[in-house]
Amino acid sequence: MIALLAVLAWAVTRPRGLPEAVVGAPAAIILIAAGAIAAGTAAAEARQLAPVIGFLAAILVLAHLCDDDGLFRAAGARMAGSSAGRPRRLLAQVFLTASVTTAVLSLDATVVLLTPVVFATAARLDVRARPHVYACTHLANSASLLLPVSNLTNLLAFAASGLAFGRFAALMALPWLAVIGTEYAVFRRFFAADLASSGGDGAAGQAALPVFTLAVVGLTLAGFVVASAAGISPAWAAFAGAAVLAARALARRRTGPAALVRAADPAFLIFVLSLGIVVRAVVDDGLGAALAPLLPGGTSLPALLGIAALAAALANLTNNLPAVLVLLPLAAPSGHAAVLAVLLGVNIGPNLTYTGSLATLLWRRVVHRHGSAPDLREFTTLGLLTVPAGLTLAVLALWAALHGIGG
Amino acid sequence: MTDRDTTIRSVFIWVAEGTWRASVDAALRLAPAGAGFTVLHVTPSEVADAAHGAYLGLFGRGGPDPGQRLGELAAASATGLLDAAERRLGRRCARLEIQGIPEREVVRASVHADLLVMARDGDRSRLGPKSLGKAARFVVDHAACPVLLVWPESAPHVGTMPPPPRDRDAGRGRGEARAAARPRRRRGLPRGGGEPS
Repeated sequence: MIALLAVLAWAVTRPRGLPEAVVGAPAAIILIAAGAIAAGTAAAEARQLAPVIGFLAAILVLAHLCDDDGLFRAAGARMAGSSAGRPRRLLAQVFLTASVTTAVLSLDATVVLLTPVVFATAARLDVRARPHVYACTHLANSASLLLPVSNLTNLLAFAASGLAFGRFAALMALPWLAVIGTEYAVFRRFFAADLASSGGDGAAGQAALPVFTLAVVGLTLAGFVVASAAGISPAWAAFAGAAVLAARALARRRTGPAALVRAADPAFLIFVLSLGIVVRAVVDDGLGAALAPLLPGGTSLPALLGIAALAAALANLTNNLPAVLVLLPLAAPSGHAAVLAVLLGVNIGPNLTYTGSLATLLWRRVVHRHGSAPDLREFTTLGLLTVPAGLTLAVLALWAALHGIGG
Repeated sequence: MTDRDTTIRSVFIWVAEGTWRASVDAALRLAPAGAGFTVLHVTPSEVADAAHGAYLGLFGRGGPDPGQRLGELAAASATGLLDAAERRLGRRCARLEIQGIPEREVVRASVHADLLVMARDGDRSRLGPKSLGKAARFVVDHAACPVLLVWPESAPHVGTMPPPPRDRDAGRGRGEARAAARPRRRRGLPRGGGEPS
């Protein structure tokens, strides 16, 4: 338990910006050495996590190469062109782009790569950036429901659920649309003043659509479904897509091996692996038994609502990554409906608090005691307006999907 | 009468995205000759904060912090906007680029101004309390100097005004008067104003 707290505390405070793996990996090794987790159990956990981590690395590289090829710049130009300086139209365009980017290239791509492009687009159009930037940060979480690749939490749950790629997407499509619709309705009202001021005649800017890159992403997506249906891990499709784009970029000298390795973020991959082992040790040591009575059994509508609410609450304590690692082994025995309900909670829930984590929030309060802390009223109000409503509607939609197309 | 000097020497213009042209034009039209201008832009710090928060939410993933990138982009955008305002003004002026909560910073910055020119920032498709946004309302309430509040587009027709309360009381029970009392949607708004939702 102390090991888990140390790892989480380090991840929250990030002393001197050092990577989380600096504490994560030694913590996992100490737990194994001290016998807190049997070496066999740790190895089994690592074997289970390794393919997920490989999959994640491939997606991170794929998104990075898409950015190198100008995909997000082109998306910015398209949003600017079709919104014609009208903020409400731009918001609709941002919702569409951010939802699709998050679903296909994961939430990291939306946060790190798309958000700056959206800001620049709004600035160029002379419209207020606030609603559009908030749309990116919210949709990075709430629109990450659709595909296993949209969020690391999904990849973990996907591995645990035993669902095929296509089936996962089919069951999550309705909740995905429900939560995006809720966000859109709230945003239109909440930011009515910002969205009322029409922009100037800012030039839309030109950026050629990288057709080849887009085609590779499309084929990768098709590859996920086909590979999964054929019983092959869809991670191979992600590797293939990333390999094609990487080979092309290397041949054209637009990237180097070092940049590709950086894009895969090895320190983070090691952190996920160690966190998985540490969480496993703590769950086996009693946290699992303590939490099990809180998790509703069965897959009735009230049970699914309860699971999602508990997952959302747990995700907001530290972060949704440890939350999903803790909850998956508890929910998995109830079947994939329960696993998907956990995902709704851990993916939509983080919009409730700044950084999706009360721990980070409190830490930042401490750090900023003498400086200027971020103004969180707006952020929190927006979270309170979107999360409970979005989560409830998403669970209803999941329940309908489970009954409509068969659980 | 006191002998307080009421000459307008210092005119502050609040430059905000989408509405700044109207503010600059009004200042040019109405400020007395010889007045000095200051153009003022506030970048809301919460925008970069929101992106930074989302990045922290990724819990340890590397890569550049979009909050920092947004901060740089916002600074460049503010400079560009003040450049454009200065060009439209057609004369040299003082410039203020501030970060923070816009309404508070505007009140603070304009404390020694003789006049503050600003545009409405609310939802003007329905004229009523909400057609003056939260930020503009705050500045109107707290500004330490006279405020000139201008329409970002052409001013509304006088017919959009609801009847006075006495007429509404007299017409109680009659459908026609009740309907007239509701705020009417403005017609013929320039783009961005009356778009159907």
